[in-house]
Amino acid sequence: MAELNQEHESHKLGMHTEQLAGRTQQVFFSPSAEENFTYPDGIAVDFNKETEFDAGPMEIRDVNLKLRELMQEGYGTITIRNPGAKHSLGVGILNRLNLTFDGSLGYFGCGLADGPNIRITGRVGWSCAENMMAGTIVVEKNAGSTFGAALRGGDLVCKGDVGSRTGIDQKGGTIIVGGRAGAFTGFMMQRGRIIILGDAGKNLGDSMYDGTIFVGGKIEDLGVDAVEGEMTETEEKWLETKLALYGMKAPNGVKNLTKIVAGKQLWNYDNLEPSEKKLVL
Amino acid sequence: MADNDIDHFINTDGLDSEREKTIGQHIGYRYDVNLVPDYERITPFLSKYMETMGWKDLNWLEDVHMGYEENRAAVFDRNINGWVTVPEEMEMPDNQQDRDMIARELLIKFQMSPAHPMVELNKAYRKF
Repeated sequence: MAELNQEHESHKLGMHTEQLAGRTQQVFFSPSAEENFTYPDGIAVDFNKETEFDAGPMEIRDVNLKLRELMQEGYGTITIRNPGAKHSLGVGILNRLNLTFDGSLGYFGCGLADGPNIRITGRVGWSCAENMMAGTIVVEKNAGSTFGAALRGGDLVCKGDVGSRTGIDQKGGTIIVGGRAGAFTGFMMQRGRIIILGDAGKNLGDSMYDGTIFVGGKIEDLGVDAVEGEMTETEEKWLETKLALYGMKAPNGVKNLTKIVAGKQLWNYDNLEPSEKKLVL
Repeated sequence: MADNDIDHFINTDGLDSEREKTIGQHIGYRYDVNLVPDYERITPFLSKYMETMGWKDLNWLEDVHMGYEENRAAVFDRNINGWVTVPEEMEMPDNQQDRDMIARELLIKFQMSPAHPMVELNKAYRKF
């Protein structure tokens, strides 16, 4: 059990005096802080130190524990063979790491990632990379529904097709889909970017608050408050570079991607008059 | 939001529309959240960070922008769910792209510092 209790800690940090009004400020910012590129409690790993193990006969918990043990030993490049579509593999990695799953993952694979570069040679089930914070995750084949749900940062790539509600509640980061995306992609998206090189299903960007969706193929239809936007030069350059990182290309060039943004009619919806709400919807 | 004045949220209260004046609160973000980085403006510090992490671009930092809170330039730190104000003596460039690069650099320095609040919280609450 931790030595410090909640009350003690929050008082020590001065948090008890802060107002929960969305205007919290921390003022102990030192721009001259020394260069340190990893979290203070991060595990020191070496990308050149490689290893692999077979997850086939192991339980899910044991696979994740083994992964942590290897990181503690300094391994920075790890390959997991035969993941066997087990659920919740590779979750909660808050460190720099090169990780390869040689096979497919089940539900909730690689969730909460904060830093690692992960490659999955097979397919993934529902909610891959849910709440991912940072890093890169590349899926070589197809992905199930809610791919990148509540994604907050980093690059999440599926080279095949993805299911419905991809990027639901996305709060940052970039999702790239090489093939088609299902219905309600970008549903309630708040920020970040989704790039779909194939076709997009029904209700694309439904109720999106902000963020950007780029589509290379056909769009079945747009959801509430999703509208076409105008591509900027910086975005074109950024798209070229981003896609090239993963060996991908827009089918007819990035200039011909359709850009979808929020119409922003739903902003501050609760304060609208009933007649205004009807107009928006 | 005024499109032309980059210091709009430093020099004014940022309440532009009638609705905002009524509720006394700015609606929406105080910067363009959809602005993608211009990699020609990247700083040496950020290049070094990318190299350390094994990334070829800014990755999650693409979503970090210089924001404005209570008339001061500030960066939002998602790990503490709060704004971190930029020291007043720090001079702000005249364009958002360069400001964003500064914001990213400062945020990394803050988050990776042993003085970051998460270090203490981690000690107190970490379960495994």
